[in-house]
Amino acid sequence: MSSLPIIKGQRFHNLDYFRRRSGENYRLLPMRFIALDDTRYVVTNFAGELIVLLRETMQQLVRHELDTASPIYEELLARHFVLDDDSDVALGLLAIKYRTKQSLLANFTALFMFVVSLRCDHSCPYCQVSRQSADRHAYDMKPEVVARAIDFMFRSPSPTIKVEFQGGESLLNFGLIEQIVAEVNARNVVENREIQFVIATNLAPLTDEILTFCREHHIFLSTSLDGPKSLHNANRPRPGGDSHELVEHGIQRAREVLGHDQISALMTTTAESLSQPRAIVDEYVRLGFTSIFLRPLSPYGFAVKTGAVGRYTVDQWLDFYRETLGYIIELNTQGVPIREEYTALLLRKMLTPYPTGYVDLQSPAGIGIAGIVFNYDGDIYASDEARMLAETGDRRFRLGNLINDSYEDVILSDTLLDTLSQTMTEGVPMCVDCGFQPYCGSDPVYHHATQNDAVGFKPLSDFCRRNMEVMRQIIRLLEDDPQSAEILNTWL
Amino acid sequence: MIKLHARLSHRTDAEPFVARIVRNLQNTVDRNREILLTNQTETMVPGFRGYLMVSHTDDSSTSDSPIWPLPAELDHLAEGDVVRISPRSGEIWVMYRRASTFNSMLVTERCNSYCVMCSQPPKVANDDFLRAAYLEAIPLMSPETRELGITGGEPALLGNGLVELLNACKTHLPQTAIHILTNGRLFRDIEFCRALSSIEHPDLMLGIPLYSDISYRHDHVVQADGAFDETIRGLLNLARFQVPIEIRVVLHRDTVDRLPQLARFITRNLPFASHVALMGLEMMGFARANLPALWIDPADYQPQLRAAVEHFDRHGMSVSIYNHQLCVLDHDLWPFARKSISDWKNEYLPECDRCAVRADCGGFFASSSLRRSDHIQAIEAAASI
Ligand code: SF4
Ligand code: SF4
Repeated sequence: MSSLPIIKGQRFHNLDYFRRRSGENYRLLPMRFIALDDTRYVVTNFAGELIVLLRETMQQLVRHELDTASPIYEELLARHFVLDDDSDVALGLLAIKYRTKQSLLANFTALFMFVVSLRCDHSCPYCQVSRQSADRHAYDMKPEVVARAIDFMFRSPSPTIKVEFQGGESLLNFGLIEQIVAEVNARNVVENREIQFVIATNLAPLTDEILTFCREHHIFLSTSLDGPKSLHNANRPRPGGDSHELVEHGIQRAREVLGHDQISALMTTTAESLSQPRAIVDEYVRLGFTSIFLRPLSPYGFAVKTGAVGRYTVDQWLDFYRETLGYIIELNTQGVPIREEYTALLLRKMLTPYPTGYVDLQSPAGIGIAGIVFNYDGDIYASDEARMLAETGDRRFRLGNLINDSYEDVILSDTLLDTLSQTMTEGVPMCVDCGFQPYCGSDPVYHHATQNDAVGFKPLSDFCRRNMEVMRQIIRLLEDDPQSAEILNTWL
Repeated sequence: MIKLHARLSHRTDAEPFVARIVRNLQNTVDRNREILLTNQTETMVPGFRGYLMVSHTDDSSTSDSPIWPLPAELDHLAEGDVVRISPRSGEIWVMYRRASTFNSMLVTERCNSYCVMCSQPPKVANDDFLRAAYLEAIPLMSPETRELGITGGEPALLGNGLVELLNACKTHLPQTAIHILTNGRLFRDIEFCRALSSIEHPDLMLGIPLYSDISYRHDHVVQADGAFDETIRGLLNLARFQVPIEIRVVLHRDTVDRLPQLARFITRNLPFASHVALMGLEMMGFARANLPALWIDPADYQPQLRAAVEHFDRHGMSVSIYNHQLCVLDHDLWPFARKSISDWKNEYLPECDRCAVRADCGGFFASSSLRRSDHIQAIEAAASI
């Protein structure tokens, strides 16, 4: 840089003058780190800032031996991993970032799942809750339960409320859905919240009448699609063996009436899925979806106890995840827009200051406060998994009953509060020192089901192993594979 | 380039005053605050604060009457414009042009920074009269004015005076969007922020420059120790009161290298910003003197600019590029380019005459003749989409 002139007797100072107080005296700000591979560390802070450092650099940094004239020093300054005498706004900025990152906590519960019926026309082997019953009354939600549920829901301070209708097959009790929508909308004239309705359905019972109602009330549909026909039908048996045909037809009809992006699909990974990642993704692309969510099969309830999930290990799932993600990125480079949602969630957590509402990746855990479940019989569960667990006889995460318990009884229950305070990963053994902590969460229902302890011993936890490896994979792609990084950066 | 200052043909012994130009007598509201712009000396309507004669007859004015020939360089003066006349020094200053979409009020020339590329180098003289003049001018401006800027110097040095000006805007120009250009440093005072936000101006935006994610690099650009910390504190305070913020970055040798990092810093730490403006260097003031050190051909910083713009866009932050000729911008950046150079500042080259995108291109500052990109080249019609 050529030097600056003196104008009107006032001298311009060069950069070194302004840098004179920087350097030497740097202090470390709070940080956590974890090995990425043999030579590198992932370094993060509680506000979600992230940097990957070589092992030597990491060592120099913590020994206060880092060359403060090096470019990496400026990266550490800018991400608020170090502080020096030239500037002290880092603490204020960290505070506002942490506040932004935790901002959803202030809104409290935003997702309310209404299990309107346990009846179902399918008999999926991995489903723990549905019933094949002709008796409507035994397994449908009762009117007095509905009234209490809506009262309960509006006690939440959240300015946005998502009402999700669940089953069984929710559409088998469509009449009740209509009533709930009408009642919620009537109440909302005064409450003035931003309300979004979602019907989770296999689409088999879909009719034009239902679609017309959905269009009138801007109701979003969420369905299940496990992959190509053979896989989907094997996973989701129903009389006639036509689940895939019905869902494909339903998706088309829903798009015609509601609009292309008013329906999304969720996929469950079974042992049969593991060998066909490309076929699954291709099927999503063929049906016009631009996103796919690679969910591992939840090992709850029956599945854990009967060993059904044991049919694949977390490492098998991880191989499947890495391969599928690679294929999805490859499709993107060819101009096919499709993204993987779990990856996108984590990218948002790593690369933006904002939180995601995703229940399993929260600290404290998202149970009860990110989402809550009203079962058909009035029982209140901390999450969908909690109610599945209850179906096996373990009611550990049942928070109360709508008829017998008040909002305060439920929200201030020891079951909920103890679990929340125990699951803050900031203080959980192993998580407390883990570089992935700011993006991770805790799944108390899972840990209770597998280790009989809501916190769990993380070295033996598949939840931990899965998240660690997923995050390592994402960070490796961002660091080492510019072409993939370019694609991933568009998924925010 | 339109002239906004001129000399009057003679001086008279009277106090300076601010008045609105009236051409059509039907438009008069308060003649004591109006100047009649006329060419009919014979039938002169009495009662106006002053008169400007379009085709002047040399003998019509005596040294004591407020009647002046319209200076030739102000022939653009029109109905509804607001001027300030200083009879003793014989000066006229056009404060506001009704037809312009780029009116701004330079409320002080004093500043607490000393930016290496300042286009309007600060002065130290007391210029309180500016605030007073604008307080008089604001009620005379058209309430239909869409946008009005407040610039300096550093307008926040006015302290309560700035609050007063803003209040006047809210009262007299309730429909007008106000854009204040400030370095933000003085907003580190939370009470000042509170005072500003308590006006509850319906359409206010503060444009605040941030030149680096690294404190001493920013301080170097603005030539003020500790300025980075003050500006960041100001930004956080303003955010706390939900005052809308625009972040502005002037691109030159000292700011382009870490532009992608700055973009990352902004989306991480200042996600409340409503808009980011990335601006080409205007070669006026200090930028002229410091040009050898500051100049970088915009064509040479396209990779950094592109990375920054992509980053903002992916993070959902609205971003615009100002003062850049389309032919030096990567084609992918065209959607972000705004035709921004003020109407009285922009110029084109002969090359531009055969350019297919001239109509969408902001062209050049008049000052750009000093140094231009080596890559100015007319865009062929086929490449213009
Ligand atoms: S669960 Fe595992 S990956 Fe997640 S924060 Fe805890 S230790 Fe880290
Ligand atoms: S040739 Fe002239 S008009 Fe065309 S893009 Fe370049 S500067 Fe603009």
